[in-house]
Amino acid sequence: MSEVDLSVSIGPLKLRNPILLASGTVGYGNEIAEFVDLNKIGGIVTKSLSLKPRKGNSPQRVVETPSGMLNAIGLANVGVEEFLKTKIPFLQKFDTAIICNIAASTVEEYVECTKLLTSEASISAFEINVSCPNVKEGGLEFGNDKKAVARITEEVKKVSTKPVFIKLSPNVSRIFEFALAAKEAGADAVSAINTLVGTAFDITTRKPKIKNITGGLSGPAIKPVALAKVLEIKRNVDIPIIGIGGIFSWKDAIEFMIAGASAFQLGTVNFIHPNISETMINELILYCEKMKITSIKDLTGSYIL
Amino acid sequence: MFLENATVESVTQIGTNVFLLKLLSEKIANQAKPGQFVNIKVSDSNFPLLRRPFSICNIESNSFSIMFVTIGGGTHVLQNKQPGEILDVMGPLGNGFSLNGEYDKAVIVAGGIGAAPFPYLIKELVKNGKEILCLTGGRTKNDCITYEMQNVSTATDDGSLGFKGNVIELLASKFNEIKNDKIKIFGCGPNVMLKALQQFCKTNEVEAEISTESSMACGFGICQGCPVQSATDENKFLLVCKDGPVFNVKDVILP
Repeated sequence: MSEVDLSVSIGPLKLRNPILLASGTVGYGNEIAEFVDLNKIGGIVTKSLSLKPRKGNSPQRVVETPSGMLNAIGLANVGVEEFLKTKIPFLQKFDTAIICNIAASTVEEYVECTKLLTSEASISAFEINVSCPNVKEGGLEFGNDKKAVARITEEVKKVSTKPVFIKLSPNVSRIFEFALAAKEAGADAVSAINTLVGTAFDITTRKPKIKNITGGLSGPAIKPVALAKVLEIKRNVDIPIIGIGGIFSWKDAIEFMIAGASAFQLGTVNFIHPNISETMINELILYCEKMKITSIKDLTGSYIL
Repeated sequence: MFLENATVESVTQIGTNVFLLKLLSEKIANQAKPGQFVNIKVSDSNFPLLRRPFSICNIESNSFSIMFVTIGGGTHVLQNKQPGEILDVMGPLGNGFSLNGEYDKAVIVAGGIGAAPFPYLIKELVKNGKEILCLTGGRTKNDCITYEMQNVSTATDDGSLGFKGNVIELLASKFNEIKNDKIKIFGCGPNVMLKALQQFCKTNEVEAEISTESSMACGFGICQGCPVQSATDENKFLLVCKDGPVFNVKDVILP
């Protein structure tokens, strides 16, 4: 039995280990569960849920770019009601944190979604998506507006009985100001970062490769940007951070913790190596043993500048 | 659905830029149905980053093969694989063709590399006692693939091989000979061809299944990157990877 303690806390939420599966990369868990024992990881963040079902954007929705990919799914999801009826029964069979990601077009819709979900006992926390780059209303508009981020946080906190995390956009000049706004409005943590806005053209047709024209860039290409954003927040705001952005290996994950993350999310990598969240557990333990770290939470913000 | 380290057995050139890659994987070979696909990580590096989806072309004991045309970075990497190398393969994925049904004659309609899923399908259909008619087309004779096909007629846009015209026009020209048989069409090819096939099937009231393709990131439903419009519910997208890649010709509106 290993003596390394992998457990971490994100504010009031305790996790078995810092490994979370990122929203929009694992649906509602049923497909990824064929590759990963969800009981072994810290938790899963659901696909963004909206009050009503959303069909999502027309194809083409994804395209590969150097060391990354662009996506413009458009928050396709089953809606809160269907989620509670058909998706929660599957997820609640697992001993893992279930973090519901909520997306909305208005403050009222965020509040309404939270109200409907918060009474569900098996939900551990909420991650509020104020930063989706791929929908016309809400999404990034909110993510670019500190006052809107603060207002959404405040209103959601009023009705939520669970911890509330705010997922921040990297498409801003000073991300720490948004983290500060979220903190002052009562957020328990911030998730950083959502995807970066990008595009790609077909040089024969001269049309964008993504039907939505722009998409969100993810994958190894964005890791250095994401790390810098996590560090920026860590150095300026006293709030727990969930690190996301291009983590493809346990080494990447350790970097995020050193930069300031209390936990981290695996996103795009699930598409390629759907079992990585489980296989990296042992590698995190081996690293801690080698570095004589008894509790992985000691890594958080342990950078030496 | 498995994640397998499959061993490359051979890479064989079967046409201009057309290759057959044979891989050893007992699990995938034993579970795969005609029309299903595999998603392959063609390199250990971030180029290409995403897996690449390929129809399962054929099954031989504990091996399966894929057929591909070298078009981009991923397929060039595959073309140069050597026997003994290991490839990270996910599969079998998707739903596959339905083998049974009220028909005597299976009409295979392939456009270019759309010939890829048919060798395995033909083998299984023959086992089920179905008659086979194969129609395969391409822009030129170099793009027209007849690999492992039976009772085959070819069509080329430039007339360099067989019928001059596209494969749907070839189908139309043959239709009088077969319309009194109990037939079912199995189609695979570019969307423009599949759309013409849809129209043909509607006009002539013929049953058909089509194997579709799409850009995708994961291949098993989590990225939601490969939607295709449902023909029966305007508020619904189906996923090529999970609900397909094989659809009843009436069920989807192709882009």
